[in-house]
Amino acid sequence: MPKDGGIGAPTRRREDYRFLTGRGRYSDDIKTQGECAAIFARSTVAHGTIKSIDTSAAAAMPGVLAIFTGEDFVEVGGNPAGWLINSRDGEPMKEPKRPVLAHGKVRHVGDAYAAVIAETVQQARDAAEMIEIDIEEHDAVVNMKDALAGTTYVHDEIGTNQCFDWGWIEDNRAATDAAIQGAHHVTTLELVNNRLVPNAMETRCSIGHYDTGTGDYTLHTTSQNPHLTRLLLSAFVMGIPENKLTVIAPDVGGGFGSKIYHYGEEALVLAAAKKLGRTVKWTSDRSEAFQTDAHGRDHVTKIELALDEEGNFLAFRTETHANVGAYLSNFSTATPTFLHGTLMAGNYTVPNVYVNVKAVFTNTAPVDAYRGAGRPEATYSLERVIDMAAREIGMDPIELRRKNFIKPDQYPFASAAGLEYDSGNYDALMDQMEKVADKAGFAARRAESESKGLLRGFGVNAYVEACGIAPSNLVGVLGSRVGLYDAATVRVNATGNLSVMVGAHSHGQGHETVFPQVVAEMLGIDPGSIDIVHGDTSKIPFGMGTYGSRSLAVCGSAVVRATEKIIVKATKIAAHMLEADAADVEFKDGTFSVVGTNQSVSFGEVALKAYIPHQFPIEDIEPGLEETAFYDPANFTYPSGAYCCEVEVDPETGKVRVNRMTAVDDFGNVINPMVVTGQVHGGLGQGIGQALMENTTYDSDGQLLSASYMDYAMPRADDLPFYTVDHSQGTACTHNPLGVKGCGEAGAIGSPPTVVNAVIDALQSGGKNVTHIDMPVTPHRVWSAMKNAG
Amino acid sequence: MAKVSMTVNGTSVSREVEGQTLLVSMLREDLRLTGTHVGCDTSQCGACVVHVNGKAVKSCTMFAVEADGAEVSTIEGQANADGTLSTIQQAFQEHHGLQCGFCTPGMVMSAAALLKDNPTPTEGEVRAYLDGNICRCTGYHNIVKAIMAASGQDVSAIAAE
Amino acid sequence: MYAFDIECPTSVADAVTALQAEEAQPLSGGQTLIPTLKQRLAAPSTLVSLTKIPEMQGIEASGGTVRIGGAVTHATVAASVGQAYPALADLASRIGDPAVRNRGTIGGSLANNDPSACYPAAALGSGATIITNTREIAADDYFQGMFVTALEEGEIVTGVSFPVPEKANYQKFIQPASRFPLVAVFVAKYGDGVRVAVTGASNEGVFRWAEAEQALSANFSADAVSGLQVDDSNLIADLHGSADYRAHLIKVMTGRAVTAAA
Repeated sequence: MPKDGGIGAPTRRREDYRFLTGRGRYSDDIKTQGECAAIFARSTVAHGTIKSIDTSAAAAMPGVLAIFTGEDFVEVGGNPAGWLINSRDGEPMKEPKRPVLAHGKVRHVGDAYAAVIAETVQQARDAAEMIEIDIEEHDAVVNMKDALAGTTYVHDEIGTNQCFDWGWIEDNRAATDAAIQGAHHVTTLELVNNRLVPNAMETRCSIGHYDTGTGDYTLHTTSQNPHLTRLLLSAFVMGIPENKLTVIAPDVGGGFGSKIYHYGEEALVLAAAKKLGRTVKWTSDRSEAFQTDAHGRDHVTKIELALDEEGNFLAFRTETHANVGAYLSNFSTATPTFLHGTLMAGNYTVPNVYVNVKAVFTNTAPVDAYRGAGRPEATYSLERVIDMAAREIGMDPIELRRKNFIKPDQYPFASAAGLEYDSGNYDALMDQMEKVADKAGFAARRAESESKGLLRGFGVNAYVEACGIAPSNLVGVLGSRVGLYDAATVRVNATGNLSVMVGAHSHGQGHETVFPQVVAEMLGIDPGSIDIVHGDTSKIPFGMGTYGSRSLAVCGSAVVRATEKIIVKATKIAAHMLEADAADVEFKDGTFSVVGTNQSVSFGEVALKAYIPHQFPIEDIEPGLEETAFYDPANFTYPSGAYCCEVEVDPETGKVRVNRMTAVDDFGNVINPMVVTGQVHGGLGQGIGQALMENTTYDSDGQLLSASYMDYAMPRADDLPFYTVDHSQGTACTHNPLGVKGCGEAGAIGSPPTVVNAVIDALQSGGKNVTHIDMPVTPHRVWSAMKNAG
Repeated sequence: MAKVSMTVNGTSVSREVEGQTLLVSMLREDLRLTGTHVGCDTSQCGACVVHVNGKAVKSCTMFAVEADGAEVSTIEGQANADGTLSTIQQAFQEHHGLQCGFCTPGMVMSAAALLKDNPTPTEGEVRAYLDGNICRCTGYHNIVKAIMAASGQDVSAIAAE
Repeated sequence: MYAFDIECPTSVADAVTALQAEEAQPLSGGQTLIPTLKQRLAAPSTLVSLTKIPEMQGIEASGGTVRIGGAVTHATVAASVGQAYPALADLASRIGDPAVRNRGTIGGSLANNDPSACYPAAALGSGATIITNTREIAADDYFQGMFVTALEEGEIVTGVSFPVPEKANYQKFIQPASRFPLVAVFVAKYGDGVRVAVTGASNEGVFRWAEAEQALSANFSADAVSGLQVDDSNLIADLHGSADYRAHLIKVMTGRAVTAAA
């Protein structure tokens, strides 16, 4: 058993007290003396040329302090894409400028073309309504295939709506084509990975502050990665030197990807703060969030699976159209490519994989990474086509997967999609899943459902994902414009307690509890004496933030490395105190002792000595006890899992209910099993939401129809079951010091195909010849599919 | 402007507010009780749930003027007098019923209203009662479990750590 | 929201007077109106609150009738009429969510006549009488299309009187986002026949399904409606369901309501 509060303990979260008592401090909770309000004027049409903007009436409204339009930002930079993708022909992707405020054209409903700063929100809103904009409307580009065929361009200057046409791996293409052509059986599936709105419950909020005395800027903002926001504002958008800009992300109410990115509103409040010498605050309402937060998914895909006579996989070939929306959000080009194409070999020994992705501009909100980011799209395509193939060739879907699994003795395994998986045991996961889900009892449960007039289905799925994003060397080769290491500083204070400054941001993941568990274990001290500091660029060394299930695998590894440095230095100090050679000093359970003697000093005594360095050998040891480490992973980590679920379908209405949901995951070593389980629960909720309920719909004019919770179906408590989550089958990651893999996205990756596979199984059991239904599998879609199947 | 007086978490308060001032705005902006959150504008997410005269209401869908003379309780008034967590709050912590914490105040306030009316709710009753509280982090498993645990029911059969 | 004042009269007479002011609008529970105001889709100068008027409170059950004050909340109806009119209590207990039910009122719901609201189905399905400050209106005359009622400008729903049926049931199939009915059916069996009211489905708002009423009056069983067809020509088609799907659901929900009521 792990010792209380150390690695492996289900330590209760210390952050809970403030959240449970209403003392959390989210951005909108911050109120500054003399602050004023920003409100954005947003386009109500999807596509048009701005002929003129008349702000004179608005400027004369009560309380108005300033009005900005796109003209005010012509001289500043655009919000860049963080990842350069080259097309198959070697041409770099098209990168039209994404301005702070729309200039020349508006390109999606919600595109901000002006901002009003006024004394109060009410005054700013009143004034924003008085801005007169004359827009020459154009046809909206909404459907991706039409976008590629048509001559109406979202960005006229690039003369196409195609951002790139990417092939992975281009050298595998001919072999993949040949394998498919000569195969005994080919299963083909066309599917849609439905567009989602991330819907963190806290909407975005940004507060700009400018110190007229020092020229320093401060931005409080809802961000998963304040350093990245600072870097983008400094290096690309505003040109504010990094040393004059502090970005603070206080408590953040969920992100799920949507708060990774830098948004124009952040630049605007800083510009306005400088112009006015006032603190300027903007808080998004939910309607704005639907229109302007980066959306997720939105792939239209054709996938083919070729098999031999025995059911061995010969090839996967995928063609995907990926909607990037009206502008390139920061990671929008990486998501459908290197976070998707590289996973298209799945858990399998398949020799041939080829993926073609065409990214398409449309007059819709930008699309970027949302929980899972590319990997849910990959898993969904693979695991749906495998299920379909099993049905077509008459093989049990679990047996077909097992037949093609990479086996435990094959690691490290070079997948046909270009990654090197370091560890895993997919059969063990599947065994455990069958056990904990009581697969053997399914037949009886089906009979019981049938006695109630309901169809019951069993769906299964296996996934592998790439997390711990990401090795800078590798992603640099693949086009990333940033490194994806992370950093930590461990500061041992004189009185023996610790402040640990980390680059990862915690907005629900429990870092404030979990990271101290790691440090406490290493130092043999009470975790209660360790505090985590995050979310403030002025306090922490650097960080690339929280996404891609990377916090523990990358930033946690930096914490380990910095703590190791602390131990090395503390050992030197202890050796000095004990008048021994450092090589003879052993550190264990918080005590330094000279091997073979009873002489020892505690960690606390060493800490005090470091700051009161009387008789210190100052040539050999600096005073103080503080160390920083940057950690860059050697590889991605590869969490994997086996999921199953059971659904009941009401054949009269088409209503689907998830009855049982089991997730067996390999996350490597687990630091806090309670937090890990909670992360899986959340992913499952979102994955079931994608599978059954959530959909983002634009009409042909580019109007967002699912623009509020009245039409965008968020899963509620009574839509979801209790889950069974198991992570007993972990295989340690081989290349990071904690052996951890990352757990934040797994549930959202593994569950959608599981649910859809179960629905198809249920319908087939009821004699309905339905082989596929696109997500979300709503009652209406199920009913229509049953009707069309006759 | 109208003068509004009410009791908030046992303390009498009075403020001049405009007609369109929502109860949640008065709590957050005027009284600086920022534990009550706003997560939507269509009266659905429930992050703003408070009790008015003992009943759960959405403070974003009620005007401050309408709460004149009322007793209002918010998340800030839920802990015990010595600052320790109430039974419901403790259960949320013990069962990891919160992650980012944003929906949590509304969840706790709804849970308190539920348990007052129905001291030992079934799983189905808890889920149905939470129809107006959206959480994006937890998948609801641990929220439902925490509320059942807070009601004194044995939740050991419900899987988790 | 635009700026406005709120008045809180304590009598119907004062409320009627207050509503005569230019751009004055009644405010009941506000659960639909306030979100609308937030979108700036209405710009009243004054909202006249109806929730502090004693004469609009109260529930009376006597002589086969349940009379409910216009400002009674859904929660109160759910808690109070379970004995007198169980199907109505059940309907009220499933409107919106608990916090909405603590504010939303029956009068507000009926005055708004949202095509997907629950109460109009109960009122029309029960042949209720809508009582206003000036008159009594039969439900059959009251509902006149989506968001349209027989109410005159400034007229207030002060109460509703429901004749209690022998049997009744409400079956709701929810639209998964809003949780309003995608289709819901209220079936009530009276001594002189069966009434079937459908909400959520029609571009004309709540309506009676005459063929089903006829069939069920002759034979009160789900089988009686299984062979019927619902004309879908004027049914709502939207993101959540086509017209023919709604037509299908009307039949299914009607059958289930009959089975549950029988």
